[in-house]
Amino acid sequence: MKFGVVIFPGSNCDHDMIYMIEQIMGKEVVELWHKDTTLKGLGASDCIMIPGGFSYGDYLRSGAIARFSPIMQEVIRFANEGGFVMGVCNGFQILCEAHLLPGVLLRNANQKFICKNVFIKAVTNNTVLTAELELSKAYQIPIAHAEGRFYCDDRTLESLRANDQLLFKYCNSSADLSPSANPNGSLENIAGICNQGRNVFGMMPHPERAGDKALLNTDGRFLFESLINQIESISHAAAY
Amino acid sequence: MTAVQTIPTVETAQKLGLRPEEYDSICEILGRRPNFTELSIYSVMWSEHCSYKNSIKHLKTLPREGGKLLVSAGEENAGLVDIGDGWACAFKIESHNHPSAIEPYQGAATGVGGIHRDIFTMGARPIAALNSLRFGKITESRTKHLVKGVVKGIGDYGNCLGIPTIGGEVYFHECYNQNILVNAMSVGVVKVGETVSATAEGPGNPVFIVGSATGKDGIHGATFASADLTEDSAEDLPSVQVGDPFQEKLLLEASLEAIKTGAIVGMQDMGAAGITCSTSEMSAKAGTGMRIDLDKVPTRQENMEPFEILLSESQERMLIVAHVGQEHLLEEVFDKWDLQCEQIGTVTDDGRLKFYNRGELVADVDAHSLVLGGGAPVYDREKKEPGYYRALIDLNEDSPTQSRDLLAIAKELMQSPNLVSRRWIYEQYDSMVRTNTVTTNDPADAAIIRLKGTKKALATSTDCNSVYVHADPYVGAMIAVSEAARNIVCSGGVPVAVTNCLNFGNPYNPEAFWQFANAVKGMGDACRSLETPVTGGNVSFYNQSVFEDRTEPVYPTPTIGMLGIIEDVALITTLSFKEVGNQIISIGLDLGDINSSEYSQRILSVAESKVPYFNMQEEIKLQQVVSRLIKGKVLQSAHDVSEGGIFATCLEGGMPHELGFEIETDPNLRADRHLFGEGQSRVVVTIKPDRASELKDILTAENIPFIVLGTVTEGPIRVNMLDFGDICDWKTEYDTALENYLEK
Repeated sequence: MKFGVVIFPGSNCDHDMIYMIEQIMGKEVVELWHKDTTLKGLGASDCIMIPGGFSYGDYLRSGAIARFSPIMQEVIRFANEGGFVMGVCNGFQILCEAHLLPGVLLRNANQKFICKNVFIKAVTNNTVLTAELELSKAYQIPIAHAEGRFYCDDRTLESLRANDQLLFKYCNSSADLSPSANPNGSLENIAGICNQGRNVFGMMPHPERAGDKALLNTDGRFLFESLINQIESISHAAAY
Repeated sequence: MTAVQTIPTVETAQKLGLRPEEYDSICEILGRRPNFTELSIYSVMWSEHCSYKNSIKHLKTLPREGGKLLVSAGEENAGLVDIGDGWACAFKIESHNHPSAIEPYQGAATGVGGIHRDIFTMGARPIAALNSLRFGKITESRTKHLVKGVVKGIGDYGNCLGIPTIGGEVYFHECYNQNILVNAMSVGVVKVGETVSATAEGPGNPVFIVGSATGKDGIHGATFASADLTEDSAEDLPSVQVGDPFQEKLLLEASLEAIKTGAIVGMQDMGAAGITCSTSEMSAKAGTGMRIDLDKVPTRQENMEPFEILLSESQERMLIVAHVGQEHLLEEVFDKWDLQCEQIGTVTDDGRLKFYNRGELVADVDAHSLVLGGGAPVYDREKKEPGYYRALIDLNEDSPTQSRDLLAIAKELMQSPNLVSRRWIYEQYDSMVRTNTVTTNDPADAAIIRLKGTKKALATSTDCNSVYVHADPYVGAMIAVSEAARNIVCSGGVPVAVTNCLNFGNPYNPEAFWQFANAVKGMGDACRSLETPVTGGNVSFYNQSVFEDRTEPVYPTPTIGMLGIIEDVALITTLSFKEVGNQIISIGLDLGDINSSEYSQRILSVAESKVPYFNMQEEIKLQQVVSRLIKGKVLQSAHDVSEGGIFATCLEGGMPHELGFEIETDPNLRADRHLFGEGQSRVVVTIKPDRASELKDILTAENIPFIVLGTVTEGPIRVNMLDFGDICDWKTEYDTALENYLEK
């Protein structure tokens, strides 16, 4: 299994994502430049990551310009064919703008950029990203964003619930959901979601920033481990 | 020379900020009277900001080479230090005080942008940012407005750029009510031998301007008179530059990529005085000249006058000299990043800067005559000891009585905006991007970033207590250097070099200049003692408050940015208490000195008193022993005693892991003096009980005084048997105090 990492002008968590995948998880990375018009051979057994940052300077609106870039046309096609795509932070915003994920990410409730460790819990095991996570555990993962307040209308929320598309919620250190554990005012503490096809994921917290013992933050590894193990077992099974 | 331009008079020169004798020198250098464009060029290049004319004589007394320095101070855009493993570190601090006081958001943002450009123009990738901020009284609504704007400006720029803001300092004092200080520092790394110099070698080589287009922003001194010369009114031009961090991110990546092509001869960022400064400094450095066609410079608006193009301080631009024949390599990279890259001229061999506009020569000046170290003037100003200096009271002799019980004092003291958590500020900064920041999850006295691929880390600190410097500029500056070094030593590092940002009043005010001269002397002596040469920095004069009947300089604020090397990340020592039952020990001579302390200012209401106790030799011995103890793995934590004294130090140690402490003050000292005094050269450490005898033996053998304060508890705080409550309650107060001041 390989990872594609998309790099836009203004991406700034690309290094961190590549470091996490290559150095911590030991997997190969294919860098995808925003002007690229192919996925450089990435296929069904691989995963495309859209890292955080300020693609195109967040001009107009976070992620609003990135969705029109050449590489995103390929990513959209790949996702619609069932390929695995994950967006973190600005990547999540881009996937929402590209309509690969429902909802929007609004300015944080306190109107400020917030960078700190938060706790999140997985609310379903029914995706490759969350399959191996403990539903009762609080995972410490940092956030760093100004526009991370997830919002959608009631009907969309209803369908997200009905289809088990809610992946992560902000919680306290004991894995309890509470308004005070919600750092940015997200609807129902939502920190991450997936699409109906369960192959496109978006989350505001940065698991790639929580992989290194030297930084005393390692819970992000659990997400990558689940993602890698599950995708590899699917493609392994498919190979037979 | 064209006859189109009128020849200005000495009065015009004075309006541009030049002195009559400077105007005469210019006429002598040129052999004729300068035209307006030329006069504008001289006025900015000979301004205080570019020429350091009133400070350079003193700056030259600082230790500026030796140690691990790869270039001497002033040779390049920033200092360069050998950090081993084939890597070098470029670092520098710079002020953006006046723009930030007018427009805090853009002023602070462009301050951050400017200092990072100084680093990546050398070929180094900026990997961390720090800052040093001074604001007025926190209860003033103007202060709140400025704090919010500055913090947002620093955050928005650095966050978008993807460079973590890892540390800094913030003080509030009414001397900054009108004139705040915003000092920004950048730290970058580059492979030794892969740096780029700001030089225009090789006549015939092409000169490029890259990055953003040039607009009318930031044209300062020259704007006044432009009504005489241009059809456009300059009155409404913004005097504060506007930053675009996205453009800077592209410029950063493109510049570093362009260097790898080998096509670049020299590169310099455009900050103050824009094209004028970069063309003259690069030419003067190489002993060459340039022919520049100003009409080839991409501009944001039509019909910009030559002097406007020359003086524009539009952000996110670079001047690059490339090897002739390799232009396409440069152009390919900038095209990839969708940035403008225009050839605007060529390097010449006659030492002259010839600026043309539509084929017409509009200015012809000697590059060398413009720059610091060349023809720029050098002055020494008059000094006079201020009246207040000898009148300061000594609180150790003339001691006010302890007004209240210790708990009440501690509670009120720990509400001082200078002591409470900076959480409200630092959570607005991305401190983690690039995943190197070690101190995010366990703070240390210095901010630490590890260097991936090596065992090493860099420890960095910005420090200056201007109340001490005001009380005694010589000693206060020594304390600023020493505290910065102490922070690095307590974190497990070895201090290696200093960058400074000297924020002072008007140099033509003899009392302000006395402060400056003495502070530089103290800084030099301390840097020599600690073997940390000064790699460069920045001087900011004219920081003052204007009242109806007088002006008053801000407290002298020589901010130190210190770089240290941690040889092995295993040596990193943090400030947090680690385990219940650990012993808490204060190392260093403690005289219970409360002069100039937060305690004396806030609780005893003594605004000004003498500088606190400091002895350079004791400081050196203390740092050496702490370093030895850390290498011997004796310490569980180390935290230097600074503002707020031992009580604040213990509280800060306890809060990260929510551990309390039980301490007894020295029976030979009055309890309030021991708890809240800010005498220098002290460090509070914790150790496992079984290492106590070893620690005591070492300190005794070294003849270094120490006091066993007590032990770490599960949460309760007790001082001299008095119940001080639980650490968690203190932590809540500490964490939320700043937002309560600013937002309620």
